[in-house]
Parts: sequence; C-alpha cells; structure tokens
Amino acid sequence: METPLFSAHELAVFRGERCLIQGLSLDVAAGDIVHLVGPNGCGKTSLMRVFAGLATPERGDVHWRGAPIRSRLPEFHQNLAWLGHAAGLKGDLTLDENIRFDNALRRRATPERMTEVLERLGLANRRDVAARGLSAGQRRRLALARVMLSDAALWLLDEPFTNLDDSGQNLVRELFRDHAAAAGAIVFAAHSAVEIEGRPVRRLAWQGHG
Amino acid sequence: MWKWFHQLASPPHFYRLAGLWAPWFMGAALVLMAYSLYAGLVLAPMDYQQKDAFRIIYVHVPSAYLSLMAYTMMAVASAIGLIWRMKLAHAVAASAAPIGASFTFLALFTGSVWGYPMWGTWWEWSDPRMMTELILLFLYLGYMALRAAFEDRKRADRAGAVLAIVGVVNVVLVHYSVEWWSSLHQGQTIMNENATMPASMLTPLLTMILAFTLFFGALMFSRLRGEVLLRESNARWVRRLVAEEAAHA
Amino acid sequence: MADGARDTAVGAVRLREAALQPFASFAAVLSRELQLAVRRPADVLNPLFFFAVVATLFPLAVSPLPQVLEVIGPGIVWVAALLAALLPLNGLFGQDFDDGTLEHYVMSGQSLVAICFAKTVALWLVAALPLVLVSSLVAETYRLPLQALPVLVLALGVGSFALCALGAVAAALTVGVQRASALIALLVLPLMVPVLIFGTRAVSLAAAGDPVAGPVYLLLAIGLAAALLAPIATALALRISLD
Repeated sequence: METPLFSAHELAVFRGERCLIQGLSLDVAAGDIVHLVGPNGCGKTSLMRVFAGLATPERGDVHWRGAPIRSRLPEFHQNLAWLGHAAGLKGDLTLDENIRFDNALRRRATPERMTEVLERLGLANRRDVAARGLSAGQRRRLALARVMLSDAALWLLDEPFTNLDDSGQNLVRELFRDHAAAAGAIVFAAHSAVEIEGRPVRRLAWQGHG
Repeated sequence: MWKWFHQLASPPHFYRLAGLWAPWFMGAALVLMAYSLYAGLVLAPMDYQQKDAFRIIYVHVPSAYLSLMAYTMMAVASAIGLIWRMKLAHAVAASAAPIGASFTFLALFTGSVWGYPMWGTWWEWSDPRMMTELILLFLYLGYMALRAAFEDRKRADRAGAVLAIVGVVNVVLVHYSVEWWSSLHQGQTIMNENATMPASMLTPLLTMILAFTLFFGALMFSRLRGEVLLRESNARWVRRLVAEEAAHA
Repeated sequence: MADGARDTAVGAVRLREAALQPFASFAAVLSRELQLAVRRPADVLNPLFFFAVVATLFPLAVSPLPQVLEVIGPGIVWVAALLAALLPLNGLFGQDFDDGTLEHYVMSGQSLVAICFAKTVALWLVAALPLVLVSSLVAETYRLPLQALPVLVLALGVGSFALCALGAVAAALTVGVQRASALIALLVLPLMVPVLIFGTRAVSLAAAGDPVAGPVYLLLAIGLAAALLAPIATALALRISLD
C-alpha cells in the first residue's frame, strides 16, 4: 500500500484535564477532501491544531509522508497551508504589503502568480487598501489567497466558509476542487454539510466526550 | 538501573514510596536538629567578637544553602521535564519553588536579625550575600507568579521550566556581579570566610545542614504527594485510593 | 538512483537555500517590524516620553543640586531607561498572537529562532535605540562629564539589547496572559541586575576619568550571550505558549 500523504494514529486530544477526542485515526491521500464535522466545543479546532503540529496530542502521532511530523517539522510546515480563526493580517499594512511579507518569509510565488490569485479572489483592485479597511469577507478572501500562494500540498482550514457570501463560498468550493485535482489534499472543519461537484468529500465525525 | 528509574517515575509507585520515606526523613531531621541545636546553642563556646549573636548561623547558613540548592534542583528538574517530557520532574520543580522561597525568606529574616547587633541596622544594603538572597527571592516569586498565571498545568509546567533554566544561569551571574559590586562599596559582610571555626562550633553547623537537608527532603516528599494526586486526579489509581480512604473513614 | 549526479546537484542547491533561509526570514521579519513601527509612531514615542518624565521627577524628588545630580545621575539614567524599555514588551508578541501572525510564524517552516532574533533586533532598534540617544541628553543635564558620554551610549546600547533579548523571553512566556505587564516586569528586572551593575559602574568610572575596560568587557560578554541564547529560549517559549 502506498504511504498516505498525511495520517493520524490513535490520537487522544485533551483540553486542560478534559479528554475531547480519543483513539482517532485518519489517512489522507493526495486528492482527498476531508470534512471534520461536529458541534461547537467538540474539539474541532484543538484537533486542527494537533494536525498542524501546533499542539502536541496527549497520545498518538501525526505523520507526514510516513514519518512523525515532530521529527521533520520544518519540512512538514513548508508543505502546509493553514487558515485559522484569526487571519494573521496587520491592519496597518496594505493588502499588498501583507501578501508580500508572507511571500518573503516563505519565498514562493512570482509577482504574476500573485496578481493571478488576487484577481481570482476578487481582490485585485484592493491591493493598496490598508488591511483594516477590508471587510470581514475580504479579509477571509485575503487569507485564502495566502493559502493558494503558499503552493502547499496540504491545506488545513478551520472554518473556511465563515464570513463569506454565496459567491465566496462557491469560490472556496472551486478552489477545493482544483486543489484536489492537482493532487493536493484538504482537511477542513465546518459546521454544516459541504458538497463539492465532481469530488467526494469524506466526513469525519466523532463523539464528544463532553 | 534504567528500569528502576522508570518505575520510580510512575506516579502510583512514587506516591507510595514518598509516603513511606517522608516520615523517616522527618524523624531523622528532627533528631539531628535537636542534637545540633543543643550542641550549637549550649555546648559551643561563645564567639570572642560576636558573643552569642553568632549562634544564629545555625539557622541562617543552612537556610541560605537550601535556598540555592532548591533553585538548582528546580532548574535541573525543569530541564529533565522539558527534554524527556517527564511529568514527575515538572512536579518536582513545582514543589521545590515554594519550599525554596520559604528558606530564602528564612535566610533573609535570620540575616536581618543577626545584622541588628552587628551593623546596628536591620537591613544593610551593601552586604552582598543579603543582596543575592533578596534577588533570589524575587526570582522565586517571579517563577511562582508565572506558574500562577496559567490555568493549564501543562503550560505552567513548561513555561516555568524555561524561566527556571534562564534564571539559574542568572543566579550565578548575579552572585558574582553582586560580590564585585559590593567590593567597590566596602561592603561589610558579617561572615569572614578566612576565619577558622573550632570544631565545637563547626560540627553542629555541619550536622544542622544535614538536618535541614533531610527536613527539606521530607517537605518535598509530602508536597510531591499532593502534586501527584492533583495531577493524576482523573487516573484510576487515585480514584481507587480515594474510595479506599472513604471506606476507612 | 539513476540520475544520482542530478540529485546531488539539486541537493546542493537545496542545502545552500536552507543555509540562507534563516537570513531571508530574519530580513523579512525585521523589515516588516520596522514598517509597522513607521505606521504606528506612538510605539516609539511613548517610552521616550515616559523616560523623560521619570528623569524629570528625580531632581524634584531628591535635589536639583549639581553635586547630588552628579552622583545619582548615571544610576537614574540607567534605571529609567530599563523601566522605559519594559513598556513595549507586553505588545511584542501580544499583537502577533491576537491577530494570528504568531501561528503563521510557527508554521512558516522557517527557523523560529531567526524570527525571534529579528523581533528582538527590531524591538531594540525601535524602542531602545532612541531611548539610548535621548538618555545621553538627559545625562548631560545631570552633569555627566562629556568624556563619559561615549561609554554611556555604548553601555546603554549593549545593556538595552540584553534587556530586549531577555524581555522577549518573558514576553513569549506570557503570550495570551491577561494583564501581563506587571508579570513581565517581575520576571525581567531581577535578570537585569548584572547588566545594571556593570553598566552603571562603567559610566561612573568613565565620569571619574578611570579606565573602563573591565566592566565594559563584562557587559559585552553578557550582551553577546543574551543575543545568542535568548532567541532560542524565546522560540521555545513561543511554541510552548501556542501549544
């Protein structure tokens, strides 16, 4: 059997002294889209943070290309795009400056690619606006632009649909489909069901230990 | 050896052993303390310069020694806890802090009481030892304040560990820089390192240091038992223990 | 396996890139921090005002006599500068934590130590360096002899860098803690004792016209050790704080 791109083995995740998740395993191959479902407080965000290597699980391991991420954290993170609750934007800087900084730190996209991505997300005419002047939806789009520009194989997205209007949500679904078709993998958390045309979405739910 | 170490680190095992050892440490400490007090306060001759005032060293010196020892222990345990992710080591660091801070306070208090007849003042800013102890007390207080700032015990353990390691490097620096600083200000220390003590004065001091160390050990074991219970409060063996205790009562 | 030579070549390029990467992330973070400081000048100016006010209080509280000011001057300048340099520490990682930047730093796949070092250098450039310059002005009004001025600037420069480096550790440890300012001060100030001792001593010696090499070398050694080791502790502390 081929080694999966990303996998979790027998995870136990705690918040403080409380056990949220126990014995969770997951294999994600290239082209997979995985949807973490569950009510508020069931540990979706905690699990996402464990997947991202931000938090350490109480038990179990997360693997990237067959090896524990702890042993190859920089490599794993270079192949990972993360979208958290906070967008990671500086309000005092313009949209362009925000994007450029990210690019300088991770050193990936060309200027042409940047323009292309911003156009696709409908932000091309907002490049010189200070980030604090953007609406919540526009900030979300900017965060998504960053995910695309990272050129990462694995996308870990916490609530990617919040604050987006219908066209924005359609756009996210399109991006998902394209990324999966290009042999990328997506794991995302969202409250409600998500259907993506022409691509199966695996749903992962668990019993909260609340 | 390794296996023994691992077994020791298992919480229920350690809890039981600490419970067994604590009274023995405490008993030995009390016996030794009684002897040292008698030998130090009654048998030892009067100091020709300081008269009876010198006798406070039998509390002051062991306290000062333990204040430094406890901080070192805290830092070593913190490093072990960070590197090997050993929970018991973090529990050791957490337990050592308040005990170490208490001994630091005791060293400062006895130093101040001693200072009054010697310097004519309760507090002499130019004494380097008192200064070092005072800064050590602040380091302890900072460590405990940092721990108290977190509800999550895991984070308190690990954040405290980083601080303890940074702090222990600093204690050495503080010690030497303060010595150097006080030599510029004609600091007057009460203790003269070059003076030799007769055996009748020295022996009780050494036995007192041993007694204090045993006392420290006994305190550590009882605090650690509490820490282990708190940390393992959801574990099966603690629940069983509580049930047994309840059945006895 | 077949094109092993090509693999080696690619490997060499990767290796060189990997070796340069920390410098690139250092430069990226440093320039962004400076850009932010330009957009928010209050961050630079408030500690300066604070310093000026504290320095004004001492002649009022103690004595305006030149012979008194001469004695207490170097010490006051040092203590006031240390206190003023504490002010921006709370926000050093606090804002990055609130807006999610910190997560991106940790997950950038770049050296977090290099990023922390960049944050430290930026903090020093933005908050401490102007303070060092203003403090030399204030020291003059406290009757510090002109010949001691270079030593004061050098010593305060090095000392404030050590403060920024150690302060970054404390700031990283307390990320996400409510009202952390007092806690940060409690953690950092005892650590600054050796720097304060050697720093003030160097200035006093220079004012008296005596050789200053001893304390200055010790101060440089402490500054260097802080610059090398503190960012490692800061990076570790950030990972712990986000866990």
